[in-house]
Amino acid sequence: MHTPHPPEKQDRRDFIKKACCVALGGALGAVPIAAGVGMYLDPLVRASTDNKAGLKVRVTTLDALPSDGVPRQFKVLASHVDAWTKTPESPIGAVVLLRTSDAQKPVKAFNVACPHAGCFVAYVAQIPDLTPETPGYFCPCHNSSFKLDGQIARAGSPAARGLDELDCTIENGNEVWVTYQNFQAGTAEKVPLGA
Amino acid sequence: MIKPLLKWLDQRTGYKKIAHEALYENVPGGARWRYVWGSTLTFALVIQFVTGAFLWMQYSASTQTSWESVYYIQNDMFMGWFVRGLHHFTAQAMIVLLVLHLMQVLIDGAYKAPREMNFWTGLVLLLLVLGLSLTGYLLPWDQKGYWASRVVTNIAGITPIVGHGIQRLAVGGADFGTATLTRFLAFHAGVLPAGIVALIVGHIYLFRRHGITPKKPLKKADAAFWPDQVLMDSVACLAVLAAVLFLVLHFHGAELGAPANSAEPYDAARPEWYFLFLFQFLKYFPGETEIFGAIIIPTLIVAFLFVMPFVGNWKLGHRFNIGFICALLAGAGLLTYLAVNEDHHNERYQTAVAQADQAAERVVFLAKANGGIPPDGALALLANDPFSQGPKLFAANCASCHTYGGTDGLGHKLDLTKESASDLKGFASRVWLAGLTNPATVASRQYFGGTKFKDGDMVGFVQGHLKDLTADKKVQLEKVIMAVSAEAQLPGQQAIDKADSAQIAEGRQLLRNEISCVDCHQFQQADATAVAPDLTAYGSKAWLLAYLNNPADPRFYGKDNDRMPAFGKDGRLSPRELGLLVDWLRGDWAKPSS
Repeated sequence: MHTPHPPEKQDRRDFIKKACCVALGGALGAVPIAAGVGMYLDPLVRASTDNKAGLKVRVTTLDALPSDGVPRQFKVLASHVDAWTKTPESPIGAVVLLRTSDAQKPVKAFNVACPHAGCFVAYVAQIPDLTPETPGYFCPCHNSSFKLDGQIARAGSPAARGLDELDCTIENGNEVWVTYQNFQAGTAEKVPLGA
Repeated sequence: MIKPLLKWLDQRTGYKKIAHEALYENVPGGARWRYVWGSTLTFALVIQFVTGAFLWMQYSASTQTSWESVYYIQNDMFMGWFVRGLHHFTAQAMIVLLVLHLMQVLIDGAYKAPREMNFWTGLVLLLLVLGLSLTGYLLPWDQKGYWASRVVTNIAGITPIVGHGIQRLAVGGADFGTATLTRFLAFHAGVLPAGIVALIVGHIYLFRRHGITPKKPLKKADAAFWPDQVLMDSVACLAVLAAVLFLVLHFHGAELGAPANSAEPYDAARPEWYFLFLFQFLKYFPGETEIFGAIIIPTLIVAFLFVMPFVGNWKLGHRFNIGFICALLAGAGLLTYLAVNEDHHNERYQTAVAQADQAAERVVFLAKANGGIPPDGALALLANDPFSQGPKLFAANCASCHTYGGTDGLGHKLDLTKESASDLKGFASRVWLAGLTNPATVASRQYFGGTKFKDGDMVGFVQGHLKDLTADKKVQLEKVIMAVSAEAQLPGQQAIDKADSAQIAEGRQLLRNEISCVDCHQFQQADATAVAPDLTAYGSKAWLLAYLNNPADPRFYGKDNDRMPAFGKDGRLSPRELGLLVDWLRGDWAKPSS
């Protein structure tokens, strides 16, 4: 084969061509991939707009709470935006409420999400496998259990912290308002997520 | 470190041999620009797969969420508009590249024996890509995609014997709905891409098996595919990407029309530009001959493409094939030109496009102003918007007598000699009332000219008493106009009504005394002798609703009412529709805060 250039010059030219191919190929692939990945990262980009402070919602009235301190579960209703849909007044989660003997803070509120992995905990009159007989909350998934005040009931509980207590105030005489928010599951620390 | 690792990998996969075969394919006569089209198509397809996969992650197929999720991608998501724009314009680029690739293959004779199978897989790929285009067009569920796709499925429906069944299966039922979207999505994002991947593997395998068909005479020595041809291919791909990026940035991504609405006429319905020739072609087939234009002729043309390899083996066959494809492209080009040209001179179409753009912009504004889209979907936003519904209600119910700025409300010009009642644009505003009290215009067609009130007391009063006014009287009349107009509490006059409150108070006195409107009209106190419409709250929402309910009520025209129907009382329009119409006439709708 006839080559007009000495071999080393040809090699150098080939090398430049190959380098150009690799650079061009990389750039060509990078555009759609970077754009797509950028769009996929949207939830991280908008994380700063999450309502970490929680959403203050009227949940019920004092009359709906048993006076003997037995907890009761309530839906939390609020208008909220899910992606593009703005939903008027609809359930965004649930809380348990119970009366206390503390005049300053007559009602306690807990988020029903288990702080272990987020399953729905429920009130039980007797925590399974716990003596003496103790009422509290029990998680049906990994058997975490909590006392009525939200503290971990048993040593060796899968949950790393007690139930997440929510701010709760009484307004206009007998309305129970809760600042509803969710927290990161699985950590010993209570880290707020969006409402 | 790396070399032993690669050796280990090669022993287990044999990748070096594969890479060598892929890269050192012999290119007879060396690299040439005319060979780049296959690579550019593959590159375009990669863009579509990547962007399509990411769009799929955000898309939600249903009649209440398709448009809405695309709206979210387009307007709310980080880089969403860009990814959608890439997908949209690369799809268009693919059509152009497909034609170029086909032309190159035909001109270079690369379709002839022994490459028939390769040519056929290419043709099937072409059809599959057109299938992607058809199915993708519907997915945003906007007016444009909706009406265009209905045309396509209806055309499929006229296929003899199987047509009705095919149509029902494609649509997923008797009419377009959620099942249509889920089916189209599955084809668009699943079935067709899988078919394309399988066929491309075969297509490239066959291409490598037979090698490039070199264009004779060879100008240079043979060379390997790598790196010269790869470099040319990459540069060509870069040019494609640059063109697509230009379009994406220029148009700020793909268009999203107003949400699909089967009850809303859409005069701007057109297919994508590369199907315009078929669209135009159908116009020449009247009545039931449509099947020739829509199915038989296109099928015969595609069938001929498939037999081209055999035709090409005959003497002059190759030339015939090239002549055929050139004639086909020229014909398609001519039809496309005719379609575009016809639309260009079609005022109705131009108005429809302007309206469609306005509706698309409006619904996005409403969604943002509302802080989101209601669970019923974006159509609910438009349905409750006076700005969107008012013009349509006006055109359907009022425009047979009234005009709105000389049009039917929707922007279509009317034959003004046929219209009889007043022009209602700016009704009860200062400008409108100034025209009404102007001797030169009160009896014009814009006010009473076409009604029996042409010779009535108001015209007589204006032409008699308000003619040649002294400067003082003129100022008085202006104050009366301000006062009456203020009764309407028009949102557009809020600021000036507030600023002129002193003159308005004076005007109220003047209309009772010097200008003596109350001789005929009732104003702010009951007056059983009043014969003309009540000026109390004149032009306000309550006044207009009561007037539309029954204009022949004694409070308005009484027995003198001239042909104006009782829209409310007679049940011609629902209270909701009347509310929308009145709000629109009064300019009472949510506006961008610019």
